[in-house]
Amino acid sequence: MEESNKKVYWKGLEQLTNSPEFVKHAHQEFAQPGPEEDLGHSRRDFLKMMGFGMSAVALAACEAPIRKAIPYVNKPVDVDPSVPNYYASTYINGGDYASVVVKVREGRPIKIDGNALSSATKGGVSAQVEASVLSLYDNDRLRGAKIDKKRVDWKDLDREVIAKLNAIAAQGGQIRIVSNTILSPSTKAVIEKFKAKFPTTQHIQYDQSSAYGILKANEESFGSAFIPTYDFSKAKTIVSVAADFIGSWIAPIEFTKGYALGREVNEEKTDMSRHYQFESILSITGANADYRTQIKPSEEGAVVAQLYNLIAAKAGRATVTGGVEKANLAKAADDLWATKGSSLVVAGSNDKAIQVLVNGINDMLGSYGTTIDPSLTVNYRQGDDQAMSAFVGELEAGKVEGVIFYNCNPVYDHPQGKKIGAALKNVTLSIATGYKEEETGDLVKYLAPDHHYLESWNDAEPKKNLFSLSQPTITPIFKTRSAQSSFLTWAGESETDYFEVVKANWSTWFGASAGVNLQTFWDKCLYDGVYEKPVEAKSVYFSGDVGAAANAISNNYKAAASGQKELVIYESGNIGNGSQANNPLLQELPDPITKAVWDHYVTVAPKEAEGIKFFESNTRKAKITVEGQEPVIVAILPQPGQAAGTIGLPLGYGRTKAGKVADGRGANAYPLIGLLNGSLSYGANVKFEIIEEEYQIAQTQTHNTAMGRAAVIQETILSKFKKDPSADSYQPKVTTWNGTEDKIDPETATLWKNHDYTNHHWGMSIDLNTCTGCAACVVACNVENNVALVGREEVINRREMHWLRIDRYYSSDAPVTDWKGLEEASDNPEVVFQPMLCQHCNNAPCETVCPVAATTHSTEGLNQMTYNRCIGTRYCANNCPYKVRRFNWFKYHDNKQFQDVNTAMNTDLGKMVLNPDVTVRSRGVMEKCSFCVQRIQAGKLTAKKEKRRVADGEVNVACAAACSTGAIVFGDLNDKDSKISKLLKVRPTFADRPTVNDKDADNPRAYQVIEEIGVRPNIWYLKKVRNKDAAKA
Amino acid sequence: MQVTSVVRDPLVTGGKTVKDVSHDISRQVEGKPTRSWWIAMAISVVLFAYGFYCVCTVLWNGIGVWGLNKTVGWAWDITNFVWWVGIGHAGTLISAILLLFRQKWRMSINRAAEAMTIFAVICAATFPLIHMGRLWLGFYWALPLPNAFGSLWANFNSPLLWDVFAISTYFTVSLVFWYIGLIPDFATIRDRAVVQGNNIRAQIYNALSFGWQGGAKTWMRYESVALILAGLSTPLVLSVHTIVSMDFATSVIPGWHTTIFPPYFVAGAIFSGFAMVLTLLLVTRVVFKLEDYITIYHIELMNIIIIVTGSVVGIAYITELFISWYSGVEYEGYAFYNRVQGPFAWSYWSMMTCNVISPQLFWIKKIRTSIAATFVLSIIVNIGMWFERFVIIVTSLHRDYIPSSWTGFHPTMFDIGEYVFTFGLFFTAFLLFAKFFPVINMAEVKSIVRSDSEKPHHKEGLGA
Repeated sequence: MEESNKKVYWKGLEQLTNSPEFVKHAHQEFAQPGPEEDLGHSRRDFLKMMGFGMSAVALAACEAPIRKAIPYVNKPVDVDPSVPNYYASTYINGGDYASVVVKVREGRPIKIDGNALSSATKGGVSAQVEASVLSLYDNDRLRGAKIDKKRVDWKDLDREVIAKLNAIAAQGGQIRIVSNTILSPSTKAVIEKFKAKFPTTQHIQYDQSSAYGILKANEESFGSAFIPTYDFSKAKTIVSVAADFIGSWIAPIEFTKGYALGREVNEEKTDMSRHYQFESILSITGANADYRTQIKPSEEGAVVAQLYNLIAAKAGRATVTGGVEKANLAKAADDLWATKGSSLVVAGSNDKAIQVLVNGINDMLGSYGTTIDPSLTVNYRQGDDQAMSAFVGELEAGKVEGVIFYNCNPVYDHPQGKKIGAALKNVTLSIATGYKEEETGDLVKYLAPDHHYLESWNDAEPKKNLFSLSQPTITPIFKTRSAQSSFLTWAGESETDYFEVVKANWSTWFGASAGVNLQTFWDKCLYDGVYEKPVEAKSVYFSGDVGAAANAISNNYKAAASGQKELVIYESGNIGNGSQANNPLLQELPDPITKAVWDHYVTVAPKEAEGIKFFESNTRKAKITVEGQEPVIVAILPQPGQAAGTIGLPLGYGRTKAGKVADGRGANAYPLIGLLNGSLSYGANVKFEIIEEEYQIAQTQTHNTAMGRAAVIQETILSKFKKDPSADSYQPKVTTWNGTEDKIDPETATLWKNHDYTNHHWGMSIDLNTCTGCAACVVACNVENNVALVGREEVINRREMHWLRIDRYYSSDAPVTDWKGLEEASDNPEVVFQPMLCQHCNNAPCETVCPVAATTHSTEGLNQMTYNRCIGTRYCANNCPYKVRRFNWFKYHDNKQFQDVNTAMNTDLGKMVLNPDVTVRSRGVMEKCSFCVQRIQAGKLTAKKEKRRVADGEVNVACAAACSTGAIVFGDLNDKDSKISKLLKVRPTFADRPTVNDKDADNPRAYQVIEEIGVRPNIWYLKKVRNKDAAKA
Repeated sequence: MQVTSVVRDPLVTGGKTVKDVSHDISRQVEGKPTRSWWIAMAISVVLFAYGFYCVCTVLWNGIGVWGLNKTVGWAWDITNFVWWVGIGHAGTLISAILLLFRQKWRMSINRAAEAMTIFAVICAATFPLIHMGRLWLGFYWALPLPNAFGSLWANFNSPLLWDVFAISTYFTVSLVFWYIGLIPDFATIRDRAVVQGNNIRAQIYNALSFGWQGGAKTWMRYESVALILAGLSTPLVLSVHTIVSMDFATSVIPGWHTTIFPPYFVAGAIFSGFAMVLTLLLVTRVVFKLEDYITIYHIELMNIIIIVTGSVVGIAYITELFISWYSGVEYEGYAFYNRVQGPFAWSYWSMMTCNVISPQLFWIKKIRTSIAATFVLSIIVNIGMWFERFVIIVTSLHRDYIPSSWTGFHPTMFDIGEYVFTFGLFFTAFLLFAKFFPVINMAEVKSIVRSDSEKPHHKEGLGA
């Protein structure tokens, strides 16, 4: 039966007959050999030849440049593709210092974080430090040595320089080395060697923001010229007279950290420092103050004298002449005296006389040894204004034969820069060692470019006995040479390798005390980045002549004549002193106060900006004339908080040779700096005229007040907070159908079944009390996430791409019902900074409206963007209540239009800074904060490989990592032991809620922005607490 | 057959016979284009070409050439979209709802109104496509097509997806309805062409008429189909703009998050649609000498609809204002305060003047029966309706919850260029339609003129 069912199919009669011929070829595809086999070539051969021929033709026709990607022949032991390496190093820019950890991917430094091991910066960074990684890839860097602007070999340059040096030395000609503050002991040792070889050499240091007055004052008061360590964390009362210690004064990173410690409050620690600020411009420090009084620069001395007298009256000491009544001054004195021993008075003035008085006040308050540590001196500012002035005189008189500018740019950033520049052509030997040409390099004969700090070995001693190492994180990109090697070469030293010099120095200096073998010691220092030795405590005795100082103040300061205004020259929060002005990250970083980018401006009290409405940043220009100087013409920025009769002009603009990014923006303010009492004076009485020229300033925020919206900004005062930590908290309630009496939390009225987070649930907390608005986080975010920079025009079009912004709100005098009035800021406003980023809503309004599901919710609480799914309807951005979504209006990468503003995406050199873990977004795509999802994934992968859960703190987002004050805390809300859960007192679940796994925070300060619309963010803000008295009823 | 009422004025004046109807309307199709047609066409094509250049620039460089910003993500693009969709409402309303209500006066205007609908919807559709900047993605990702992206599919929660369905459905049904109506008229032109011996025209219109023979059975089927399509279209008239309004109503933005939007949008759409129909017909009737078919009576009736819908819209505006205060929600309150008082107050007051005040003039019979006044007011109404959408979209977005992000909005030449593009497209299409298609439904109009055997009516209608 079975047999009959089985059908047999055969291919042909041959198979049926099964002839021997058939059997022989049966396994082949074709019974007969094909024609190609006859020719001795297979079909495959043909295809191969064909393919080769085609591609050869195609390649020959292709004119695109061939970009070589050369694989490692032998892979370096410590470089794994896609695995970052971290190196401890030191950021040094003149006297500015930060101990850092550099993230290096495949040999390219791509991100800088703070190094917590340094006792000075304690892991803190500033916006400038964060941005400096892009300066490494600056297209306007020097590519090698140059003589008369022509590229030469280093040995040719050395030969000429040595010949000239010897010739000058033979005639006994004067040689000068000019630099900013040098923090590096090894560099100083190298200069000493150079001086030993050429004994007519003098080394002159100057600072853009000089603290020479403090050095001189301390010399007079205590017998030695030093700057002490100010410990703001210990101060219960802080009085600052025009010292912008959070923004630019001496060591802002260190001060910000200390200051924030004192400002922290919670239910256990209900005490915070009280901060009085007396200033003319609204500085970031003044913006953080509890009491801020507007004074004129000419009154700084008088305010200090008045404070001296008020304290002296309490201390039973003699008073001095001068003084002026100012609001809050008496109150400040009372508070200072009440917290005697934990009070701190600082003044930003560079006038010795004022600083002597300040020293006197601090002495009476017992600050020395408590809030001021005179034994732990700092080296951040060593500039000698008198020596620099003398140098300019010598240079002009033709007394200097040779001058070497060591990594400084005095032609631009010294008040006498023009004179220096003019005199340079008469100098036999002029050398600049900066890694960029800049204004000074433009005028010298020899350019001997140094490495960028990320390419070089170096050391630093920012504070007494705190030593910090710099190590290269990349092979020098160009044919540059460390300046120290240059000095050693020119001095004819046998050892010219600066690395060996540093290592040898460290061995000599610390080797003996290290207690381990030298290599181990060195390796440890290199690994840690810092080495510290204990400092011997030393007490100081104040012996300053306060009477003479007060007299000097009375004589030296004159209020502006009628028709004049008092000018304050200051460092803005983004460009700083201008040394990194060619860094587009800083150009596009909004100044913390003015929110201006890419633009120079003069801040004017709004009432004095006559005829300027300043609607959408439309303004006019002003002509500022200092006697004997060329007038400066810049745009007017009406600035609430600016003292009447004063104007503020930021430094750092008016570059001419910094590069494509910075050149031609604004005017140079350095020439307006005057000399007073032997030191640089950052102010002058000037003629101020509003001219007809119209201008639009690029600002990222054009509306200044929070419109009294309690759901956006919540704040209270300390006395209320002490009584009830939830005082002034705004808790929106919604009415139900049971009538107006029955009000419930908005989040309980939901139709949604919430997301279930079974693994992690990422969240963030931002403390409005400790956020100083410094914006380091903004730059960190930009660098970490390859955020495009768009340039001035596009910012004016309101299209900056920042994923994280700092909203800055001024208070208004109007009642909350007066909407028109609320739009106007007060004359002396209170300020709140609110970092605003994607809130990662649990009920995200953006997610529901995307027609293609390009933005979705992750299983860990993230609101995530799928870039290549996005079709660009922008509905999500419209529907975002927080307006944090950013659209790629243009192609910002590989686009000539953005070549000079978005260098990181448009040039081969710039592209090296891009984070390879983050996609560069294309045109037409929406983007926004991702909670650094690449970092979360990396952390989870590491943990997974080690078969464990991610530990708290292991994953951190870039903004939180960059936050010097710890205001931003990121973590897992599902982990009840995590820092964020404890901080917010997160309640994971509670039974009467319709939603499971939805978190609520029991921290009485915690609130969510515009909670009532029920989007349930994963970011909480901690209510701001001001330490001021309750307003009188 | 023809019922002539002694109490009602005839809908077609001039004592037209059935033959006259065929002749008057087919004449445009058969004759050479007039000089005025050429001039109008030239202007339209220039507008279209300029607009096309602007569209290409946007697609090539990116949406950045428009004036939009981080806060105002939609402005002219969606304003124009909603405006055109609104205009596209009148055609179907006239042909479907008025058919169901047996309003015979619609017969001489429904053809042109439907054509207008179709072209307006096409113009409207260009905006959502162009506003993505990369429309090649939008073509297929926004549709729930089978794909190889795994579980990734269109998001049915999104009102934008509802828009895709609503508009494509509306467009399809309107197109079919319009075309079905055209078939007998195409056959008329074919038949006349045969008589005139114009072979080419006869063949083309024969193809267009699908070989219509005009048998009683065919007419019966034709009328059933028309009724069915009218039934299908009627809910669409309401649904399309309801869904468009949900783009806003389902959001969280103050000024958008409003339950009143669906009826308010539908009323506004009919309002603007009728105004546009009037604008176009007032020109067409003069250019093509159709004064006897599109009479003052038609114009007056449409003006009455404009009063009604304009008043509905006006009440909606006032309700919105009242609720924004009554709700006690500060964001809502501020949004409306800002409309009335803020930087874009001029657009709000333009809207109020054009949409609420100007149509009230039609209460005066003299004005609503005046061709010049109607023409001016119909344009004013459409300007007002444009401002309405601009006010809703831009003034709500530019100042919402977080004051730090408040911005302005300034259109560029490319924002304007895209609008010009749709005008060029619309008028080019409409002029082609007016030249090559019968602009009035001959077959239907014939049912309301007296038959040849009847004696001329003693009264010559309003126009005489």
